[in-house]
Amino acid sequence: MKLLIFIFVWLNITATLSAKELRVAVATNFMEAAKEISKAFEKNTEHTTLLSFGSTGQLYTQISQHAPFEVFLAADQERPKKTVKEDFAVQGSRFTYASGKIVLFSLNQTLINPKITLEQGNFTKIAIANPITAPYGVAAIQVMKNLKLYKYLKSKIVYGNNVAQTYQFVHTENAELGFIALSQTIKSSVGSHWVVPKELYSNIYQDAVLLKQGINNPAAYEFLEFLKGPEATNIIAQYGYGISSDEKI
Amino acid sequence: MPEYADLWSPIRLTLELAGITTIILLLIGTPIAWWLSRSNSKWKDIIAVIVTLPLVLPPTVIGFYLLIALGPQGPGGWIASIFGGRSLAFTFEGLVVGSVIYSLPFVVQPIRNSFDAMGSRPLEVAATLGASPWNAFWTVAVPLARPGFLTGTILGFTHTIGEFGVVLMIGGNIMGETKVLSIAIYDYVETLYWAPAHILSAGMLLFSFVIIFSMMKMERYFRQTGK
Repeated sequence: MKLLIFIFVWLNITATLSAKELRVAVATNFMEAAKEISKAFEKNTEHTTLLSFGSTGQLYTQISQHAPFEVFLAADQERPKKTVKEDFAVQGSRFTYASGKIVLFSLNQTLINPKITLEQGNFTKIAIANPITAPYGVAAIQVMKNLKLYKYLKSKIVYGNNVAQTYQFVHTENAELGFIALSQTIKSSVGSHWVVPKELYSNIYQDAVLLKQGINNPAAYEFLEFLKGPEATNIIAQYGYGISSDEKI
Repeated sequence: MPEYADLWSPIRLTLELAGITTIILLLIGTPIAWWLSRSNSKWKDIIAVIVTLPLVLPPTVIGFYLLIALGPQGPGGWIASIFGGRSLAFTFEGLVVGSVIYSLPFVVQPIRNSFDAMGSRPLEVAATLGASPWNAFWTVAVPLARPGFLTGTILGFTHTIGEFGVVLMIGGNIMGETKVLSIAIYDYVETLYWAPAHILSAGMLLFSFVIIFSMMKMERYFRQTGK
């Protein structure tokens, strides 16, 4: 009997201690922050994480086709809500982990008065993320519309597959300007960026959700808890995001 | 919701791109194929390898180099500046450049094979009959290499229509300019608009089937009629 209890306890301990693998679908704007967070998470927990990146819309499509992701870090609230509604995610697990900021970025060092830059239109191409799949692309269009420049600039817009490709278009100088996420340029000294005033676009609340595939994976729950914790929120803040606790839904 | 009228733009654009690319490829591919078939130069093998490279290179490699080459720091930017542009990326012209490189082996190889198969005998005969080399090329070599030209034209055209990775990297997804069929399908699939994706994909499937089928028929015809 003692032996049995011992085995039972031992099994239990190893089960909880055993390192699990966790698959996380991450919206591209959050790429760098997610890498840092998952590194910290792995150090704290022994679990390993596999991050997959794509635009929020692309990841949502993959999830709806039963991609093996266990946690979804989106760049909007709409898609995580949809995954819950369509039964791909766990009810009540959704929360806002960050609120994103959009910037106008250029390799040119002298993007001093971006409004005038946009108005004068002295450039051939402006890159934005494809608004059909990328929330940052939607925000970019809102900014141009609110500046009453969308019609004027429309013919100059090129669309990146996600914010990473959008950044790359500008970085290779194939487009002179681009609307990207603040998180992509905040840690780099390349070029110049203009943080777009908040009143020019609707808040980019970014929601996380536990997917049904991760329902039996303790690492998924731990990861989502870790994401709310001080270490992760500190990293999120470093990348220029607003934190969910001070900017609730 | 996608508008079904929007389906025409990528179809038309893709056919234009494939058509222009194929014409350019025939113009530059024919002399290359001829030279590869006839030359004894020590560079021959190297050139043959370079021409064949796009066949095995990942489209991302071609796309990456093109992105740099077409940009303001590369030759593409220089060419664009002549026309008041800055970069050839995100332009139809840029896609033509990309497609020409991407589909080059598919045109050069069949034509070269035909020239090779012909041997030097017909041209020698033409020469003894007093034809100039230029004349002999057009009246003897080209007609004899007809199957190669046909295969090259069809392969170059269809391969350009099927191009995806390169365009994804250098296109910028602009309606009417760089949003070709494969990109349109990709967009629809990525956003779960499966009805238009089905229409375009089924169209491509049917088109490809017809092309390959008629190519087989034509090859048989050429073989039976002794070229």
